[in-house]
Amino acid sequence: MSKKTRKLSFDTDWKFSPALENTEYIDIKKRYGLFINGKFIPSKGKKFFDTINPANEDKIAEITDANSSDVSLAVQSARSAYEKVWSKMNPSERGKYIFRIARLIQERAREFAVIESLDGGKPIRESKQVDIPLASAHFFYYAGWADKLNYAFPGRSAHSLGVAGQIIPWNFPLLMAAWKIAPALATGNTVVLKPAETTPLTALKLAEIIQEADVPPGVVNIVTGGGATGRAIVKHPDIDKIAFTGSTEVGKYIMDVIAGSGKKYTLELGGKAANIIFEDAAINQAVEGIVDSIFFNQGHVCCAGSRLYVQESIAQEVIRKLKDRMETLVIGNPLDKNTDIGAINSKMQLEKICSYVDLGKSEGGAIHQSSCSLPEKGYWYPPTLFTDVSQSHRVVQEEIFGPVLAVQTFRTVDEVISKANNTPYGLSGGVWTEKGSKLFQVSKEIRAGVIWANSFNKFDPGSPFGGYKESGMGREGGVEGLYSYVGLD
Amino acid sequence: MLNYQLQKYSIDQVGVAGRVQRLFSRSIKKESKMQALRLALSMIDLTTLEGKDSPGKVKQLCYKAAHLHDQFPNLPKVAAVCVYPNMVKEAKNALTGSLIKIASVATSFPSGMSTLKSKIQEVNRVVKDGADEVDMVISRGRFLQGDYSYVFDEIAQAKEACGQAHLKVILEAGELVTLENVCNASELAMEAGADFIKTSTGKITPAATPQVVLVMLEAIRDFYIKTGKTVGMKPAGGINTAKRAIQYLVMVRETLGQGWMTPDKFRFGASSLANDVLMQIIKQKTNVYQSINYFSID
Amino acid sequence: MRNRLDIWKTYKLYINGKFPRTESGRYSKWTSPDKSVIINVCRGSRKDFRNAIVAARKSFDGWSNLSAFNRGQILYRIGEMLEGRRDQFINELMIQGSTNKEAEQELKQSIDRLIYYAGWTDKFQQIFSRVNPVSMPYFNFTVPEATGIVAVIAPENSSLLGLISVVAPAIAGGNVCVVLASSSKPLCSITWAEVLHSSDVPAGVVNIITGIKNELLKHFSSHMDVNAVVYCGDKMKEIRTIEKMSSLNVKRAVIYQNTDWNPDTSQGPYYILDTQEIKTTWHPIGI
Repeated sequence: MSKKTRKLSFDTDWKFSPALENTEYIDIKKRYGLFINGKFIPSKGKKFFDTINPANEDKIAEITDANSSDVSLAVQSARSAYEKVWSKMNPSERGKYIFRIARLIQERAREFAVIESLDGGKPIRESKQVDIPLASAHFFYYAGWADKLNYAFPGRSAHSLGVAGQIIPWNFPLLMAAWKIAPALATGNTVVLKPAETTPLTALKLAEIIQEADVPPGVVNIVTGGGATGRAIVKHPDIDKIAFTGSTEVGKYIMDVIAGSGKKYTLELGGKAANIIFEDAAINQAVEGIVDSIFFNQGHVCCAGSRLYVQESIAQEVIRKLKDRMETLVIGNPLDKNTDIGAINSKMQLEKICSYVDLGKSEGGAIHQSSCSLPEKGYWYPPTLFTDVSQSHRVVQEEIFGPVLAVQTFRTVDEVISKANNTPYGLSGGVWTEKGSKLFQVSKEIRAGVIWANSFNKFDPGSPFGGYKESGMGREGGVEGLYSYVGLD
Repeated sequence: MLNYQLQKYSIDQVGVAGRVQRLFSRSIKKESKMQALRLALSMIDLTTLEGKDSPGKVKQLCYKAAHLHDQFPNLPKVAAVCVYPNMVKEAKNALTGSLIKIASVATSFPSGMSTLKSKIQEVNRVVKDGADEVDMVISRGRFLQGDYSYVFDEIAQAKEACGQAHLKVILEAGELVTLENVCNASELAMEAGADFIKTSTGKITPAATPQVVLVMLEAIRDFYIKTGKTVGMKPAGGINTAKRAIQYLVMVRETLGQGWMTPDKFRFGASSLANDVLMQIIKQKTNVYQSINYFSID
Repeated sequence: MRNRLDIWKTYKLYINGKFPRTESGRYSKWTSPDKSVIINVCRGSRKDFRNAIVAARKSFDGWSNLSAFNRGQILYRIGEMLEGRRDQFINELMIQGSTNKEAEQELKQSIDRLIYYAGWTDKFQQIFSRVNPVSMPYFNFTVPEATGIVAVIAPENSSLLGLISVVAPAIAGGNVCVVLASSSKPLCSITWAEVLHSSDVPAGVVNIITGIKNELLKHFSSHMDVNAVVYCGDKMKEIRTIEKMSSLNVKRAVIYQNTDWNPDTSQGPYYILDTQEIKTTWHPIGI
């Protein structure tokens, strides 16, 4: 039997029955107001928008669209809470409030996970095992720093900045809220946070926890809305610090708008990371690493390894194994515990992915997609890879933010390092080799803020995360995450 | 003797653990659970390998093998019984007319610490006594000292001595320690002619671990792509819950696919697993958790 | 007997380890406050700036890959060379308008500051690196790395100490610089280039350009191959321009509104950190 006819068949007689997560006990209101000064209040503007479940396009709840006077009210509350209560509080006490938030999230973890999957489309397994635990851990980690800041900055003492305006994306909604709120609070600041338009629910549920934890009113304010609400926050004169995670395009807009205002800012923007597999890698594990890097979370990951560079001598083997592995990925109902790849977050994002894939095809790329069937309703995209593409192809240069991988081969290590760095982005990178010295050398030479060696897409509250170049500036996580929210004396 | 050159592979243990964790997070419910339980039952090599085994014990085991739970009709039969060489004739008699295979350990199981000549003689004996399948052990000491050609040769000779019988090669992964050794030994065994590769003797811990099982399944997969030969896999030792058995079935399904979802290509070496699977089957049917008191122990 | 005629120095640019004139041929007349000295200062163009960036980029890999110890030795050498030229600099500072006392003070501070940063090159990493205790079996460590090319708008009012206070930490951290010198006090900046030139500083690591701020500011802050721009000053219009232009390629805009570079608070490892990137690496721990 020739190699060509040796195929594995993953369409087995034994199929997985649906294994749906129980959702009976979760509580989602029909309509949410804005969380300002410790209460849920309506907007004077009386504008709303729906948040839908991208797996079936059903409406889940009505969300208030905050206008600029809502934003001003939130900033005012944050300012007042900062001056009168939060900055005056003993740091250990501040820490204890943040510990409370962490523990309450753990207590209600399952409910949060279900809501996260409903609102954003990500598989329940990921929400349960990754998003919610990491979010809680983030609060727990920073809670501990609140009264230890004098150890974090050798030779300097830190003071809080005041009010932070924070805008977060839709790919890890609760986790991104934790990444923003936890360090801000721990360093003595108060917060006005806007969750993404398509995924507001877990931030609003977090507001409930903040109420439950008895955090002083105004310390955390959650204002929901779209681009206009975000702009109102960015432009507000009484905000001391802007923290933004989102596209590079919007990041640049923010830098432009706040130029000269004296506002501090940190940005966590887009990426087009290179994932490099050398011939002396542990190949089977590297293939799983590819899945981690680009298909996990439907590819909605700024640090996704969306450019694969595989050494030519092993390219055929890697690609064949990758294609086999793609066949075992389950795309389906996010609430099914066996789902590996959930729904694409929104119609808009789906359209963007489709147009990039069309572009890739028209640019001459050879496309391969998993043979899975996609549900009728909702927004779905199968795992996809492009071969026969090069640095000059737009699908290799531009961030697609979907489960689409561009594959290239390389011959020598310096070739791949220069190709890996040949991009305006610099968020992350992956290196797979079992040779220690090569691993250290390549890790050193890749110009990116996070390098995953023999791994990919691993996160931890103690590990600083952020980009070089156009992937942003400033770090979240670890000690470095504190720098973003303090001034040093 | 062939001068065997080992192809050395690199394996990242943390990566393997991650893949295992993902596979084990599969939620097998309802109809797919029932299917899996029945399939698992049909893949069991019902085993007794104790120094105190006697004809009486083996007779009772064989009856259990053919009558797992007569109160419940249409249950699948186990694939085989597995016994010591001295018990092969007894097992053969007890299972006359049945489709259940007779598997015998051989080659100075479990240590393998005797001459190659006597080990091959043992294989000859059990085949003559009626064994359909032979579970041999490799010489781990030789492997660890780098004498791969010796190990290759002992497997090749055992395969020849098997004749029509199937050869399972036990790697004893617990003594090989690293996943690289397990992977390399797997490939060596397959190249030397193994019909099945098996994780452990079940006489030491660790026996079959999820990481070892995954590495061996992947070695089988890579061997199939390279040569077109389909080699079977048998984890043995420490598999005593239906849950774990189903997890391994998920592993087989997502690594090797349809071709290996059959007792011809996958077995569980176990003794108490059968009852746990039976209890789960009855629980699925009746929706009521079961007690061991309602199931025969052999 | 006739007095001996002095040979006047031509104040040129310092690019890529050489002293070229501006390619534009333009000049600005600079007159000392007491009107006694008149100098034709090169009016650097955007092309000079561009050439300097090219030179800087070429030199970055070599400079950042030198051992920290090596960089420290070079910074120390700059201090040695500066010490050797005390009188020349005191004289120039006085021509620029300082009193003798002020000039001496500034010179001493400048030398000491260089020595200070020479001692930081192989230590700041130890202060700002971490091994992070992640809750999975990975070795996770964080280290600072040089950001790359730092464009510097030097302090207007402090052409030696102020200039050194921002360039020394940047290069101590492995970066390379293109500096727009003070236009009101250009002399010391260019003479300092001579010090650099005699200190084993590789070509392209520090480039110094004189010119009109209005003209060059937007190029310094918009060039797509510049990784960070350091601005010293407090003019809101200039700050706004820099921050706006930085958005084009997400440059790190570092604004120092401080105008007094004398005190010890004007030096420290955090000045190095301002032009560092932070890299975190994960590696599995297993057998």
